[in-house]
Amino acid sequence: MADEPLKNHSIQDLISQKFKKRQSGFSFERIVPILLFLTALISVLTTIGIVLTLIFETITFFTRVSIVEFLTAKRWFPFSETHGSYGILPLVSGTLKVTGIAILVAVPIGIASAVYLSEYASEKSRRIIKPILEVLAGIPTIVYGYFALTFVTPILRSVMPGLEIFNALSPGIVIGIMIIPMIASLSEDAMSSVPNSIREGALGLGSTKFELALKIVLPSALSGIIASIVLAVSRAIGETMIVTVAGGSTPTLSWDVTRSIQTMTAYIVQVSQGDVGYGTTVYYSIYAVGMTLFLFTLIMNFIAQFVSRRFREEY
Amino acid sequence: MKLIDHSKVLNHMKPRLSFNVFFRFLFLLATLFGLLVLGILLYRIISEGFPYFDLHFFQSLPSRHPEQAGVYTALIGSIWLMAVVAPVSLILGVGTAIFLEEYAKKNAITTFIQINISNLAGVPSIVFGLLGLTVFVRALALGSSVLAAGLTMSLLVLPVIIVASQEAIRSVPKELRQASYGLGATKWQTILRVVLPAAIPGILTGGILALSRAIGETAPLVVLGLPLFLAFLPRTVFDIFTVLPMQIFNWTSRPQEEFRALAAAGIMVLLILLLLLNTIAVLIRNKYQRRY
Amino acid sequence: MSETQAQMSMNENDGNKLVYKTNGLNLWYGENHALKDIQLHVVENEVTAIIGPSGCGKSTYIKTLNRMIELIPGVKTTGEILYRGRNILDKTYPVEELRTKVGMVFQKPNPFPKSIYENVVYGPRIHGIRDKKILDQIVEKSLRGAAIWDEVKDRLQTNAYGLSGGQQQRLCIARCMAIEPDVILMDEPTSALDPISTLKVEELLQELKKNFSIIIVTHNMQQAARISDKTAFFLNGEVIEFTKTSKIFSNPSDKRTEDYITGRFG
Repeated sequence: MADEPLKNHSIQDLISQKFKKRQSGFSFERIVPILLFLTALISVLTTIGIVLTLIFETITFFTRVSIVEFLTAKRWFPFSETHGSYGILPLVSGTLKVTGIAILVAVPIGIASAVYLSEYASEKSRRIIKPILEVLAGIPTIVYGYFALTFVTPILRSVMPGLEIFNALSPGIVIGIMIIPMIASLSEDAMSSVPNSIREGALGLGSTKFELALKIVLPSALSGIIASIVLAVSRAIGETMIVTVAGGSTPTLSWDVTRSIQTMTAYIVQVSQGDVGYGTTVYYSIYAVGMTLFLFTLIMNFIAQFVSRRFREEY
Repeated sequence: MKLIDHSKVLNHMKPRLSFNVFFRFLFLLATLFGLLVLGILLYRIISEGFPYFDLHFFQSLPSRHPEQAGVYTALIGSIWLMAVVAPVSLILGVGTAIFLEEYAKKNAITTFIQINISNLAGVPSIVFGLLGLTVFVRALALGSSVLAAGLTMSLLVLPVIIVASQEAIRSVPKELRQASYGLGATKWQTILRVVLPAAIPGILTGGILALSRAIGETAPLVVLGLPLFLAFLPRTVFDIFTVLPMQIFNWTSRPQEEFRALAAAGIMVLLILLLLLNTIAVLIRNKYQRRY
Repeated sequence: MSETQAQMSMNENDGNKLVYKTNGLNLWYGENHALKDIQLHVVENEVTAIIGPSGCGKSTYIKTLNRMIELIPGVKTTGEILYRGRNILDKTYPVEELRTKVGMVFQKPNPFPKSIYENVVYGPRIHGIRDKKILDQIVEKSLRGAAIWDEVKDRLQTNAYGLSGGQQQRLCIARCMAIEPDVILMDEPTSALDPISTLKVEELLQELKKNFSIIIVTHNMQQAARISDKTAFFLNGEVIEFTKTSKIFSNPSDKRTEDYITGRFG
């Protein structure tokens, strides 16, 4: 027993009717790709927006402060009407000190964890430990800032009496802790992609697991490991809240890690928090500092991409 | 003719084996270090913040007096922020992912967009703050509003959602698409009714990850000029507001012990919010895992 | 009954020195009983071939001989394997020491992503040999031994991945010979190779036999017949028959062996 409508119109008829209607009218099929392309364009526009914003406001800044002063002067002292000095070097040195300490903490621990997870740990413990370690990377940076100021700094000060309350050491260490999972996770991925047949070859010759890790796995995964370190450096350079909370606000050009510092990021925060009028030189200075910061991280990201593309191992 | 003295090899064995044991221990220690720090961090926060962590803390406005202060405005502000970031970033992110995976031809423009996205992911969050300050706060005159902050944060987390959605869409089997095309379905019908439903768990997981990032960020919001201290709630997206991390930042920067404890209690609220989000992500992943 | 016959026949070795004595070896992968009460003795400077259909346990057995099997989680063993009189299944026997004496060539060529030279000297180096002159000698000797010297002597510093599959496998054999092991285990070493490379490796085996005891797993019966002195036939984790190769292929004593080598199953 067929249904009434189907007696006169087969399903194919219904479909072809519908099809004609679809072709004649407003066509989703043609409009959708355009809409999607526009959304994809947003990400490009964001980059363009960032670059243009930084360039224009930085140019305004350089009409008031000479670029030579910005790059070479050894003092960053923007809040004085009469004796203002805009030398980026103290801020850069603050950033580099913190980043250096972070890398010293994160690289050995991160790579050692990666080796342990990839070469020694059982599948089961790896599956438990890795996600827990990655939780460290998901903790908001303001929480790390709190941790640096209220926990790490007091401990360091009890060991090193000369340490100031605000210093480079404590935020450096805490940023290092924050980027451990980044290095560990990405390096572990690189090591795990070394085929097991190669591991068997080394073990079959009587290698210990340590020799296998050191002489076969690490060199084979080197590009991935280096890329992970470079990305971690980039992350440390751009880190803001930890250094703002625990690093202080004293831009000084020195290699002393026990004294109060200011990083590029912390300076931007300091100005944003204060009542700095729109259009003042100080206002534009945050864009010049932001530009410098952006260039630093951009170079790091390009290096990371270059390394992982250029030296990718084909097994 | 033997080139290798096997007795020497045997003598060499013992130090090698001890080396292995030693380094195994060292590597294990390094791995445990991360876990240990995580444990200490959580313990510190809970032990410091617990005395203030009560119903009153959730219901109260920030105050000069630590014993009266609460996170009410900041918590509601964070929820406002999520309400803007979630739809905006999801629409833009998934749209971009569909375009790149389903429509875009493999040409220079696509490669450029792709490289651009991975570079965007590496831009420090504070630089996004400068972008938001210039474009949303000043040029569009949105001020330090929910909308300005929401749009800035959406752009910040966009790469996370795009990459996650791309992976999810890519992992939908070709056979499913072919089955749909085989029935005469159009491309958009196939994407809407076959590809997207199959990719939803991956997309939502990525979306939640991005949302967690957005509600934990502080730096760009400081640049946008969000107040550290606010005693009223926003009524529309054009109103000024503040969020949990800003409130925590405010309390942390004060020298008095009591405010530090308040900061810890605020952190507990923030972490619980993040935990909730991530639990949802795990639930989604488990519910939909391996259906094909 | 045929099992005991098989054991009897393998014990009739003519006073030659034994390298491996396997007594009552059982092995489980979790619940799966993969090797059942294996008895098998390997004589010095002979080629012992192990044949059988896939899943019969032949690969599992050869991997037990240098404890490579331990890399798979959940493996349990009982019984003993005496290598030169010492039970290697005893956990106090360091695997690293065992594997220095018992080399292995794998199914698929697995050179390290390093130069040809570095591949060969890897073994000697980890065992503490650092003298450049000796290392150079070892490289030449091993590569000659593996019949690949003439093909690679001019490009020792190039990456091993530039070699063909057959050359890579001979490089792996050279790498294995470089530490002058006592026994070489080969797990289907020609299964990933083309016929010409296979022939070269087979010729090589005849040479290697003079200096090493060789145990080779193969699914290729002609290969077993061509190169080995003794052959063991494995089926469902048991040794069905183990005797002189000439006998097993001309006059097998077990019906199942006959069925297998005449191609009725497998």
